[in-house]
Amino acid sequence: MSERVPFPEQVVATPEVVKRFGDLHPPFDRQAAVPEANRCLYCFDAPCTIACPTHIDVPSFIKKIASGNLSGSARTILDANILGASCSRACPVEVLCEGACVMHRYNKQPIQIARLQRFAMDALYESGAPLPFAPGPETGLSVALIGAGPASLACAAELRRRGIRADLYDARPLPGGLNTYGIAEYKLPLVESLREIEMLSQLGVEFHFETKVDAAGLAELEGTHDAVFLGIGLGAIHQLGVAGEELAGVTNALDLIAGYKSGALTTVPKRVVVVGAGNTAIDAAIASVRLGASEVHILYRRGQEQMSAFAFEYEHAKHEGVKFLWHVQPTGIRGDGIVKGLELTRVAATEDGSIVPEKDSAFVLEADLIVLSIGQSTHADFLSGSPSSGPSSTFGKIQLERGRIVIDRATGQTSQPKFFAGGDCTNGGREVVDAVADGKRAGIGIAGWLGVQHGKG
Amino acid sequence: MGSALGSESLDGWGCNMAKDRPTLTSTFCGIECMNPFWLASAPPTNCGEQIMRAFDAGWGGAVWKTIGEPITNVSSRYSSIDWEGRRMMGFNNIELISDRPIEVNLQEIAEVKRRYPKHVVIASLMVESKRESWHDIVQRAEDAGADGLELNFGCPHGMSERGMGSAVGQVPEYCEKITGWVKEKARTPVIVKLTPNISDIRVPARAAKRGGADALSAINTINSITGIDLDTFQPSPNVDGKSSHGGYCGPAVKPIALNMVQQIQADATSMLPLSGIGGIGNWRDAAEFILLGCSTVQVCTAAMHYGYRIVEDMQDGLLNWMAEKGFATIEDFRGLSLPNVREWKQLNLNYQIVARIHADLCIGCQLCYTACWDGAHQCIHLDRTSPAPDTTLTPGMVEAESARRISTTPIPKLDAGTSGRTNAITPLERIPRVDEHHCVGCNLCSLVCPVENCITMERIDKDLPFESWEERVAKGLITSGTGEVMSTNT
Ligand SMILES: Cc1cc2nc3c(=O)[nH]c(=O)nc-3n(C[C@H](O)[C@H](O)[C@H](O)COP(=O)(O)OP(=O)(O)OC[C@H]3O[C@@H](n4cnc5c(N)ncnc54)[C@H](O)[C@@H]3O)c2cc1C
Ligand SMILES: Cc1cc2nc3c(=O)[nH]c(=O)nc-3n(C[C@H](O)[C@H](O)[C@H](O)COP(=O)(O)O)c2cc1C
Ligand code: SF4
Ligand code: SF4
Ligand code: SF4
Repeated sequence: MSERVPFPEQVVATPEVVKRFGDLHPPFDRQAAVPEANRCLYCFDAPCTIACPTHIDVPSFIKKIASGNLSGSARTILDANILGASCSRACPVEVLCEGACVMHRYNKQPIQIARLQRFAMDALYESGAPLPFAPGPETGLSVALIGAGPASLACAAELRRRGIRADLYDARPLPGGLNTYGIAEYKLPLVESLREIEMLSQLGVEFHFETKVDAAGLAELEGTHDAVFLGIGLGAIHQLGVAGEELAGVTNALDLIAGYKSGALTTVPKRVVVVGAGNTAIDAAIASVRLGASEVHILYRRGQEQMSAFAFEYEHAKHEGVKFLWHVQPTGIRGDGIVKGLELTRVAATEDGSIVPEKDSAFVLEADLIVLSIGQSTHADFLSGSPSSGPSSTFGKIQLERGRIVIDRATGQTSQPKFFAGGDCTNGGREVVDAVADGKRAGIGIAGWLGVQHGKG
Repeated sequence: MGSALGSESLDGWGCNMAKDRPTLTSTFCGIECMNPFWLASAPPTNCGEQIMRAFDAGWGGAVWKTIGEPITNVSSRYSSIDWEGRRMMGFNNIELISDRPIEVNLQEIAEVKRRYPKHVVIASLMVESKRESWHDIVQRAEDAGADGLELNFGCPHGMSERGMGSAVGQVPEYCEKITGWVKEKARTPVIVKLTPNISDIRVPARAAKRGGADALSAINTINSITGIDLDTFQPSPNVDGKSSHGGYCGPAVKPIALNMVQQIQADATSMLPLSGIGGIGNWRDAAEFILLGCSTVQVCTAAMHYGYRIVEDMQDGLLNWMAEKGFATIEDFRGLSLPNVREWKQLNLNYQIVARIHADLCIGCQLCYTACWDGAHQCIHLDRTSPAPDTTLTPGMVEAESARRISTTPIPKLDAGTSGRTNAITPLERIPRVDEHHCVGCNLCSLVCPVENCITMERIDKDLPFESWEERVAKGLITSGTGEVMSTNT
């Protein structure tokens, strides 16, 4: 590998952001971790493990914390989930492992699995020990991975542990995809994502940054590699399609979040309106509060019950002072070069679920910044278009469904055998841990398809 | 802290309660006791100032830290066993007897007895194995006003290397002889404190009885090495890089102490009034020792861990339990459990129970399942959602099936109907089922189950008469005395 500056050292933390985005779930110290670990019942065929998309052996890693075998604990976590540290902070555990914990039915206090997981991973970093896995003996095989987000990273780790070369291509300057650029800083700071990827790269992963792969590029990679993994995530946030969207002061949640996380943006103006009520909208709204806005609204055209954000995210937003306006629809953006307000109409849901405007209900909500968060589009269409490259290309026929790449869930294989895929571009946009699980299955799937049956390093 | 919480101070509970309120007063080998809770001879009874504070907290008696020629102690002296985050589940010491001059201890006994005439003060004694030495110390302790004498034949470390403590307790002849010397002189009751570091506690107990002892106390501490530091390879407690075997006590030793207490009480040639010691920390422990025949109990580790104040709940809890059970005095329930401890050969072989899982309480941890498969008789199964009972599924197959399962984060937008998902109800497939035909009724699953009363052991031997091994042998049903015990319930 060529000499490069370690990823965490390529970024400079902004002091304001560090100060305002402190840990939502503070780390455990040893005195707290061990009694909590001892509280775990050590269930058989544990429901927490089943609920985890990467099937981390939760009772095992927890018992290793209790016994003081911290390096073993981290290894157990990483063996199942190579982004175990990121996941310990980013996962919506309320609907995953902790949600499945039997303790809900015992004393209503689930084991704090995520904080224990973070404890074990932090201990590994503090010890300065290397990644507890070595690459497998080189097989001479190689795989191109498009995107360097969680899905591709997890896939690459499985490939490297089996001695298969992994070339990752990403349009961005740093690896990690939305794990680096998208997760709320109070959950997972950008630098922590990079620290984990730095450790993963000890497996000998090759990164090619600022390389957006298009149809032609993909055809070329297909020719030079034994298989291709597609971990391209989702695309840009949808447009509203109303007048005034081009005004200064209209942005989208991904840009806002990536902006403050990378230090390009350190404040927002006073009145912020976020359009949409998913988890991303919540993250953008809370970020706005922390970046100095005095009034933050979230608008949604349906009611609270239909909101796609997790219930605990909604509670968190209310707790941070975010206000919610239900059953309103934007009809236009007012401003004069710069945004002044959002034109809204009250809407009602009909029997069949469609939405109709209420008569004479138009009003204007004043705003200095409008953040669109009405869902990410897909950007895999170039995979199904007609092949624009050489005759050997097959990817032109990769099957999509509503913009998502169709895969065999167990192996990640697409309709074109040489192409595998996983993560948001296949599952419609879930969580980091789902992308890791997809990538892991695909890595194993690719190795299997390539006929490599080496044991794990 | 308030004054002693005797039974009378609970009168405020209402006249009915007050009228029926039981009493903790009793007599132990002629010594009047306001309650059965004594502090054992140990650091909590080092000096008069401590003992008077203990009496203020509610302790009915104290056995003075063993008096003898002053010794020199080492530092450190203690070590312990922690268990899953709880401290001092077992406690170990290499401390010797009192390091204070005999005269000072005796003066303070006199002082305590003057100020607390109704509280029991026992002088624990240990001197070299000479008749005159014992006669002398007995005389002086009684002159100081001690209500009784406890002969320390139990200390397992240090003193035993000098021919005292357990070196006496382990040799029945010495035990008998020294008890005899003491009895020649003593006017107050003589209690012999036994060491558990022998193969049969009844042997030294019988010797003490033959020597004329008025009562026994048991147990003293058990020889132990509590642990080794995995960085320095140094056993604990550390005395300048070395350690020595110590005496083990605290919650961990209670079952051993109970067994020894029962053995003494069930043996006519050992049986004497008994003060129970070993791992007692609350009223429940105390009640168990009394149910096996003890008249008083002694406490050391629990008082060292939490302070004298623990006696408040010991009194309160025991009184409440006695009231609930209708016992007016300690004597009403003392020894009640003794007839229920039998030899194995006298147990009913026709008694058959099986485990029953109460699905409504089950939280789905499957600890019973793994316990029965790996530690019992492979008769708990995970087949509630199978069309028919399936006893062929092994734990390995169950785990492999789960590993293959593809789980995803439920996203409200993508997965309709997941938002209202509840974790309050155990999914049926997680609730194990007992195959009652193969269950041997060992109890294991009910012991590992974290939920109280979730697995109960139910009797199934409807009409079979009582039959013991002893009876089977007598009836000639078993030819050889070593034949295998067969279950008749096949
Ligand atoms: C605002 C926001 C907050 C989130 N918060 C959480 C959270 O708290 N917890 C959680 O678990 N999940 C969260 N998620 C979801 C999570 O980030 C994603 O599910 C996860 O990152 C998906 O991983 P991926 O590898 O599939 O895609 P991505 O992370 O999107 O990575 C895809 C990568 O591919 C690159 N790429 C795409 N196309 C090309 C191309 N043609 N050529 C080269 N490179 C390309 C992109 O630059 C990107 O780096 C959040 C998502 C968002 C949007
Ligand atoms: C530090 C320490 C010192 C002790 N010293 C004596 C002693 O001098 N004489 C004695 O008869 N027993 C001594 N013992 C034993 C206790 O009196 C008691 O028998 C034993 O600790 C068991 O009771 P427990 O489980 O309540 O601690 C000592 C115990 C400890 C922990
Ligand atoms: S379900 Fe809860 S108690 Fe059981 S193993 Fe998992 S974390 Fe531990
Ligand atoms: S009592 Fe023993 S044999 Fe019966 S089900 Fe329980 S563990 Fe198995
Ligand atoms: S141990 Fe108890 S709670 Fe756990 S599965 Fe068995 S019966 Fe249910």
